[in-house]
Amino acid sequence: MTRILRSLWKHVIRSARDLAPIILVIGFFQYFILQQPLDNALALASGAVLVLLGLTLFVYGLELALFPIGESLAYALARKGSVFWLLTFSFLLGFGTTVAEPALTAVANEAAQVAAGAGAIGDTDEARSNYVLGLRITVALSVGTALLIGVLRILLGWSLPLLIISGYIMVIAMTTVAPPEIVGIAYDSGGVTTSTVTVPLVAALGVGMASSLRDRNPMTDGFGLIAFASLTPMIFVMAYGSIIAWI
Amino acid sequence: MDLMGPGMTTILSTSMDVLPIVLFIILFQVFVIRQPLRDVRRLAAGVVFTILGLGLFLVGLEQALFPLGRLMAEQLTHPEFLMQGADTLDFHWTNYKWVYVFALAIGFATTIAEPALLAVAMKANETSGGAIHVWGLRVAVAIGVAVGVSLGCFRIVTGLPLQAFILIGYIIVVIQTIWAPRIIIPLAYDSGGVTTSTVTVPLITALGLGLAETVPGRSPLLDGFGLVAFASLFPIISVLAYAQLSVLRERYANRRKTSTRNEAESISKEVI
Repeated sequence: MTRILRSLWKHVIRSARDLAPIILVIGFFQYFILQQPLDNALALASGAVLVLLGLTLFVYGLELALFPIGESLAYALARKGSVFWLLTFSFLLGFGTTVAEPALTAVANEAAQVAAGAGAIGDTDEARSNYVLGLRITVALSVGTALLIGVLRILLGWSLPLLIISGYIMVIAMTTVAPPEIVGIAYDSGGVTTSTVTVPLVAALGVGMASSLRDRNPMTDGFGLIAFASLTPMIFVMAYGSIIAWI
Repeated sequence: MDLMGPGMTTILSTSMDVLPIVLFIILFQVFVIRQPLRDVRRLAAGVVFTILGLGLFLVGLEQALFPLGRLMAEQLTHPEFLMQGADTLDFHWTNYKWVYVFALAIGFATTIAEPALLAVAMKANETSGGAIHVWGLRVAVAIGVAVGVSLGCFRIVTGLPLQAFILIGYIIVVIQTIWAPRIIIPLAYDSGGVTTSTVTVPLITALGLGLAETVPGRSPLLDGFGLVAFASLFPIISVLAYAQLSVLRERYANRRKTSTRNEAESISKEVI
């Protein structure tokens, strides 16, 4: 128990160090440039403490439970060589980690509020939570698909730039048909998905696979999964927006 | 302080989010890999920590990060602050110079501190056999994010179309890909997604929405989003540029050191 508490404390220090630059920049601007008192400084400060504590517990919990199992699973599956299970695993990993991603939840909530305020969806709790759920499921599906394609690429040795450029072309093509009010949210959902939960597990999957396959270089073949995971959500969310507008 | 109510519901709904992935990983471990779970107590503690932490984080996010991003946007675009002693205020994008400076600073600071980026940089340093420096990569990515967020704010202020910027960005990436050293390409593509972390995303999103709400003539829905997209596109460009610059520098140094050196040898070195 004391061991857990001590390493938890180390994690608190580490998160505080990660958050320090943000607080410094904001503090500098408040004090020297804006020279205005912060409204509800107390609520902001207690919220910041909650963010710090929450992030620490979250990352610490991931390191205790999900990361070690996920990583050893990725290695074991890559070594086992069953393509079917490897693909199933990649899809579910992408879907599961994205649904649980806090940044996505936060941005989806914000998007629902903005959309309701602008009259794009009904201004009721139900309409908003449906919109949030729809966005999250769409993005999760797209990340699952991205990992599926990415793992196939590593297995078959497809060219990464070629796939990425085709993805770019699809993004541009979708932009011309999608309703304008979804475009900004769609573009942002690409960057949102790939953070705390997803990146470590996905990086382990890619580098693990590339190092256990023959003729594959972990540097050129192992990286690239995250690139897919931040490209497909744009395409999927624009498709989702078009379908909603069409219905 | 009414924290308990929203705290409990948030924790309940986060458990619904986290449990599926826990179940799926356990099922895979037991039925596909056919290995028993070791250290079940540690695992249970980890899952409880994950759920609690996620709940607390989301409550704190609503209470601190979103309001803070909004507040900064409001104060930086407040007419009194913009006028700075001038009598009348004409709408001009240069009036918002402190917004761009703030965006630059917050983009750089959050990226340098980003743990996911550090992890990927260390992995890249290891797999490239030291050719990619940890600090070089981190600074390159941070510059990319800083420029991206700042340019994104400029776009919101001016109301220029998001698609045009993204399209031009894509074209630059494609052109760079043709000439960049092959080894850096997957890493560069990945660095776009790595940078936009759990703390940065809400803060930047709130900043963009706040800007779109306060700058006259902008709609939050149409103009407010897009900062995260910029923050994940520009690192690709800056990392590719970093790789191209290192190649150029090495080529220049080689030429100065031994002009008699075999051409083929130096070319093979550049490729690596």
